[in-house]
Amino acid sequence: MKSAVIVFPGSNCDRDLAVALRETTGAEPVMVWHGETSLPDGIDIIGVPGGFSYGDYLRSGAMAARSPVMRAVADAASKGVAVLGVCNGFQVLTETGLLPGALMRNAGLNFVCRDVDLSVANSQTMFTAKYDDAEAIRIPVAHHDGNYFADDATLDRLEGDGRVAFRYAGPVNGSARNIAGIVNDAGNVLGLMPHPERMIDAGAHGRTDGRRLFEGLIEALG
Amino acid sequence: MKTRVIVTLKPGVLDPQGKAVHHALTGLGFGGVNDVRIGKIVELELADGTDATQIDEMCRKLLANTVIENYRIETV
Repeated sequence: MKSAVIVFPGSNCDRDLAVALRETTGAEPVMVWHGETSLPDGIDIIGVPGGFSYGDYLRSGAMAARSPVMRAVADAASKGVAVLGVCNGFQVLTETGLLPGALMRNAGLNFVCRDVDLSVANSQTMFTAKYDDAEAIRIPVAHHDGNYFADDATLDRLEGDGRVAFRYAGPVNGSARNIAGIVNDAGNVLGLMPHPERMIDAGAHGRTDGRRLFEGLIEALG
Repeated sequence: MKTRVIVTLKPGVLDPQGKAVHHALTGLGFGGVNDVRIGKIVELELADGTDATQIDEMCRKLLANTVIENYRIETV
């Protein structure tokens, strides 16, 4: 299983994501700098990490979405390669148009940094296969712009098609319908605000609720 | 030529910053402020004769996120 982690100037969760992918795939991920125009051959999983790419200039994820490497990521996604965007990575994926909607300033205006309770909204995606439907899990969030917005028609479509992967158990940031993570139409691109890579090690993190996301994905791809 | 792009949140999109500023204005004693919406102004210094369709494309491709924002273009 080959994985890659995209690194933008201002990414700060790239190494955490790389550790999670290394621990679960058993192979060292390739770190790919934003200026690259192509990805190494044979990549199965692309991680788009959290952080503050390009200082969040203009809008969170806006500049990163227009960087050369994202054309290669979009191309890989269209060929079915699994793409996991966490936090700023989710913002980048919506700005790229790989996922619908937008992530706006948290409704309470505060930066929210804590463990949050989530519910698995659909356990049938390739990213959630190791969870049960409606299972309660706890994963940390750390973001200022996590308030998911889409028009009602888009939200209805996402819900109707089972594309909401995770929901907050209670209000966290003002997200429409408490959406914490969604997949694309084909199901191979997931964006979520919580950080599963920060909940993979019982010793360091206390819990391992995020680990099954990676394990389920690897099993689905295997 | 100088061109100004004004980016505003679409009607109906919640603007928490606008709400906080509204609250602060009221707190400062300014009455009669019914609503506050915050947007952005992008000033572009463009080569003379830059095509209007090209400026529009700049807005759609980068300067505004048309999921949540409207934009208008003013030549100064």
